[in-house]
Amino acid sequence: MRRPLTEPAPPDPDEHALGELARQVGQAARRRLGRSLAIRQVDAGSCNGCELEIHALNNAFYDIERFGLRFVASPRHADVLLVTGPVTGNMREALYRTWAATPDPKWVVAAGDCALDGGIFKESYAVAGGVSAVIPVDLHIPGCPPAPAALLQGLLALLHGTKARSDQLHRG
Amino acid sequence: MMAEMSEALTQPHNAIVPALANAAEWEGLAQDLAQGRRALVDLWCDGQVVRLATFDVGAGRIEIAALACPEGGFPSIGRHHAPAIRLERALRDLYGIEPDGAVDDRPWLDHGCWPVRQPLGSRRPREAAGDTYPFLPVEGEGLHQIPVGPVHAGIIEPGHFRFTCSGETVVRLEERLGYVHKGIEALMRGAALDKAAHLAGRISGDSTVAYAIAFSRAVETALGIAPPERAVWLRAVMAELERIANHLGDIGAICNDAAFSLMLAHCGVLRERVLREAGAAFGHRLMMDRVVPGGVAAELETAGQAALRRLSVAIRREFATLVGLFEETNTLQDRTVGTGTLSAELAHRFAAGGYVGRASGRDFDARKTPGYPPYDALSFAVPVFSEGNVNARVWVRIREVEQSLDLLDQILDHLPAGPLRAPVAGRVGEGFALVEGFRGDIFCWIRLDAAGHVGHCRLRDPSWFQWPLLEAVIEGNIVADFPLCNKSFNCSYSGHDL
Repeated sequence: MRRPLTEPAPPDPDEHALGELARQVGQAARRRLGRSLAIRQVDAGSCNGCELEIHALNNAFYDIERFGLRFVASPRHADVLLVTGPVTGNMREALYRTWAATPDPKWVVAAGDCALDGGIFKESYAVAGGVSAVIPVDLHIPGCPPAPAALLQGLLALLHGTKARSDQLHRG
Repeated sequence: MMAEMSEALTQPHNAIVPALANAAEWEGLAQDLAQGRRALVDLWCDGQVVRLATFDVGAGRIEIAALACPEGGFPSIGRHHAPAIRLERALRDLYGIEPDGAVDDRPWLDHGCWPVRQPLGSRRPREAAGDTYPFLPVEGEGLHQIPVGPVHAGIIEPGHFRFTCSGETVVRLEERLGYVHKGIEALMRGAALDKAAHLAGRISGDSTVAYAIAFSRAVETALGIAPPERAVWLRAVMAELERIANHLGDIGAICNDAAFSLMLAHCGVLRERVLREAGAAFGHRLMMDRVVPGGVAAELETAGQAALRRLSVAIRREFATLVGLFEETNTLQDRTVGTGTLSAELAHRFAAGGYVGRASGRDFDARKTPGYPPYDALSFAVPVFSEGNVNARVWVRIREVEQSLDLLDQILDHLPAGPLRAPVAGRVGEGFALVEGFRGDIFCWIRLDAAGHVGHCRLRDPSWFQWPLLEAVIEGNIVADFPLCNKSFNCSYSGHDL
């Protein structure tokens, strides 16, 4: 029998991501969302490298849907906006409108080094300088681009956030 | 202007000296383009003069003309040769230089959202931000419009498509691009070579290797240096891996847009295997920043070389099965044959690169013409089809995957030993390169200043000449076939918007 290509879930996120989560993700997340997250991806000026790796989450090795995570076609259907790019001036309004069109409760995950602060594009006249310059960000996944495993780990952190947080409190 | 040019004319022996054209010669070039004696390679401003790079079809070489614009304008090429229109609109947005007699005076990259106008020219502060873009008017009974984007339904880059339809049939598609304009030409100015190389590798992430090779080759020409043999061959390993990975992704995605998701699932697995081996061999799945001016920044160890050989065998075996599946699935052929047909005439007029041109009879591959090492020492075919439809664009990719696997084997068989990087010393110089990415030919032109920093760097994505053709091929097709046509082109938004 041939075993499936699909790999085990990634390990728990590192301390940095946990710290950010503990701040950003309230107890409400798990209670409200259960184990399901609908993700709307928004390219706000990426070089398309991040999109390639986000696409890879759907392949048989990562199979993101087994975790209850799925990509949706409209912000109206989304719990999470997964935003890439330094946020160009020309995408600023579209990003804001997409965020405004997403119903509460909602979370924003900024993926990639330029989504943090504009990265190598931050000095440009054409760049707002990171996702948080336009909409509030809950979690940042670094990398240029972040590998699919890192993206998966970050997104699972949103789902597992409250459990990991309580475990950490018990350990502490 | 001659004084400014004299510096540029102090060339290393292997750089191409551009001719400073007069207005009559400029018009002559426009006529050559219009009549097909030349193909447009690029039209840009280097901060001093406007430059026109053309491919002389008879002579098989690229020539660059330069025109001074003391009055702030130049005779429009676009009024004679449509492929130049968007380049001219972009040039005016960024530099404020007017293409005199232009047929379309609307902005292109400037959406009214930057704090300055003409960011590479006058840098005048913008008065009032406001985006009132006039789309082309359409008139006719029963026509309706469908605006799509910039935020699309899938995991893709942003752009706006304005469809005008009669029932289900598309009467006109008008594209609006520029949403991911990052101002890379401005960031390049004055940048040290390592920073500039980082930027060049992020013009279009899917082509990061091809862009890095184009940038590095242009720099090496400008400096009059040659990378070591081993580096040249390792670049080709990475370039062919990139081509294979992207074509696999595209073939799967095109079939998925024709509602045949099985191919996407299988091609996705093969693509992932390529990226994993690339990551293991070179330390980055997309091989970003591994090609650098002077050579390469990553060694391929013996273990990695063996792993790539095994990969090639495995992909070749499994891909053959998938090709059989593609060929034998009638419902798939039903969607791909006869959909999105690009005429050979348009493909040639726009000098469409890559699979878009080669699916419509345009036999051009920068690895062959003008050509660059190590491809002159390798044996490979350039697959060309004539049908010009979605199906033909898939077949070009299929045959190219096979050719690239052969190339990979040949390269690994003959990989020379030796150093990875030649010293890169700063000096004044000018150079250009044309490199075949998976999508088509990427043009890079660079001028280095005395400190070896970038004076100006121009990078032209193949998408510039493919995007306008997408507007043409969708005409008369149904709206529901647009995703399929679009995916079969797979133009880069980021590479175009720069």
